[in-house]
Amino acid sequence: MFGTTFILAIRSILRHKLRSILTALGIIIGVAAVVTMVTLGKATTAAVQQQISSLGTNILQVRPGQGFGRGGGGPQPANFDEQDVQAVRDQIAGVIAVAPQAQSSGTAIHEGANATTTVNGTTLDYFRVQPWPLVDGRTWNRAEEQAGKGVCVIGNTVRKNLFNGGDAVGKRLRINGISCDVIGILSTRGQAGFGGDQDDVVIMPIKQVQRRFTGNRDIRLMLVGTDPDYETAQVQAGITSLLRERRNITGGKQDDFNIFDTAQISATLTGTTTLLTQIVAAVAGISLVVGGIGIMNIMLVSVTERTREIGIRLAIGAVASEVLMQFLVEAVVLAMLGGVIGLLLAQFAVAGLSIAGGLPFLFDVQINVIAFAISAIIGVVFGYFPARRAASLNPIDALRHE
Amino acid sequence: MAVAARRAEASVADNPLPLIQLRNVTKVYGEGATQFQALKGIDLDITAGDFVAVMGPSGSGKSTTMNILGCLDVPSSGEFLFNGFHVEQLGRDQRALMRRKYLGFVFQGFNLLARTSALENVELPLVYRGDPKAQRRDAAMAALAKVGLDKWWDHTPAELSGGQQQRVAIARAIVTNPAVLLADEPTGNLDSERSVEIMELLTDLNRTSNITVLMVTHEPDMAEFARTLVHFKDGLIERIEQNDKVPA
Repeated sequence: MFGTTFILAIRSILRHKLRSILTALGIIIGVAAVVTMVTLGKATTAAVQQQISSLGTNILQVRPGQGFGRGGGGPQPANFDEQDVQAVRDQIAGVIAVAPQAQSSGTAIHEGANATTTVNGTTLDYFRVQPWPLVDGRTWNRAEEQAGKGVCVIGNTVRKNLFNGGDAVGKRLRINGISCDVIGILSTRGQAGFGGDQDDVVIMPIKQVQRRFTGNRDIRLMLVGTDPDYETAQVQAGITSLLRERRNITGGKQDDFNIFDTAQISATLTGTTTLLTQIVAAVAGISLVVGGIGIMNIMLVSVTERTREIGIRLAIGAVASEVLMQFLVEAVVLAMLGGVIGLLLAQFAVAGLSIAGGLPFLFDVQINVIAFAISAIIGVVFGYFPARRAASLNPIDALRHE
Repeated sequence: MAVAARRAEASVADNPLPLIQLRNVTKVYGEGATQFQALKGIDLDITAGDFVAVMGPSGSGKSTTMNILGCLDVPSSGEFLFNGFHVEQLGRDQRALMRRKYLGFVFQGFNLLARTSALENVELPLVYRGDPKAQRRDAAMAALAKVGLDKWWDHTPAELSGGQQQRVAIARAIVTNPAVLLADEPTGNLDSERSVEIMELLTDLNRTSNITVLMVTHEPDMAEFARTLVHFKDGLIERIEQNDKVPA
């Protein structure tokens, strides 16, 4: 019997193409919306996670100032110095290494090419606290670090800008008139989460940067690598109390420095984007239900409009359950058809929006399967009532219906 | 019903009994004050192979009788025997199966499915019967050939004239080889020339395929094609005549 009703349903759908598309429109939009929203949400979450993890895990970033940036008015909090770095490294349990950073910027020149870039002064510990392998050359050695030699490791963007992407190790570049020998090339890291190109950087021994660029011995950022066996929060608390002591912050006074835990931020951001995804998906899900009601409405109209047809079918020997099945199968097939079209539209929408939003293109199997299943279920649920009505018609009255 | 239907089928051939027997059949519509007695107790025997014209003014009970004979409705009381078996108290689905197996319908308004080819319209009863596709196609084409429309099989009702539509409807009614063809004013929407053609077709089917034809009409010209004329009046059968001009 299912085969029969399936043939009849398909014939009826094909015979009324416009009505069929209109009936399925709600489902098409609903499915497309749900799939697009959830996929984009997941892509956002994935992008955020990737960006945060590119900063390195098990790393605490310690900066002067409260929160992000350096705050508004009032006296500027003091930068850190080398003693702070040593103290954190030696006195806090769970700290593997501390990389101090001094930053400046300048115009780098090599032969005809020039480009503005970031100059980052640090120690060899920088390469220990975070994984950032070289693709060519070497990092400086201890002797060069102690002496504050004019050697540098450059990011891939700098190589592109100054050396046309070609061989750079062994060549020399000048930044703000100060020359340095390129000894290593860093692997590509990509965009940072909060703007800025992480690969547009020249890294050199901190002494060189302090002496020739910043002109002081200040340290603007400490990257603290922590032992994964230790609770990050505990290490963070240790650093906080140590620095408060060293900076003479007593009683209820607020810290004039901040510690940024990438793992914690990652978890927070992931949680937020996941929640947002769920909310948006729920809103889109409502449109799917509205689409189901749309199917029910048009099917009800269709039953009235086709009363005479139903009468004919009953007169030539269709039993009630066959008429019921025909209309139910029609509704389900329409809903599933709408689901398929919706899924196709969603892939285009996701592709377009991913490119526009700079997100990775995802095909999430789970949500596609779920959305399709829901569209079929909606067809059954909202198709049943009109189908019941069709099946319960009296053939004599139905045949007389004008 | 399935059992009753099979028993009915087994003995449908050379049965001395009339194919259809109505015994004191009444039909009452509504309740209480609005109650209306459409049939006041009729008796009617129809022999297999007969061509019966049912006549009478509107409200005389002829349509009600046809609905009962067509298993579209049930009598309020009385007996309806089809080939000797009681079918007056069959349920909805059982009556549907009776219609599917033994009856074919032709209506005044043709009642073909719109936007559906003649072939698919004729196939429809076979789809419900569950015939395989190739068999359906062959049987439907054969039925269309019988009504002289096999060349028009792919035309939709909108592309056919009224007479042609009624021929398609007749093909649909006979495609299952029914025992009885019920025609409700089959020529009511046609001009006299087309009407005569349809009547000749029905006569031919009655003779060559031995289908019992029951036809409601209020046109005496059309009733002339029938062998037996049943006149209704006020919910009763007024008289039954045999038409001598039509050979038995």
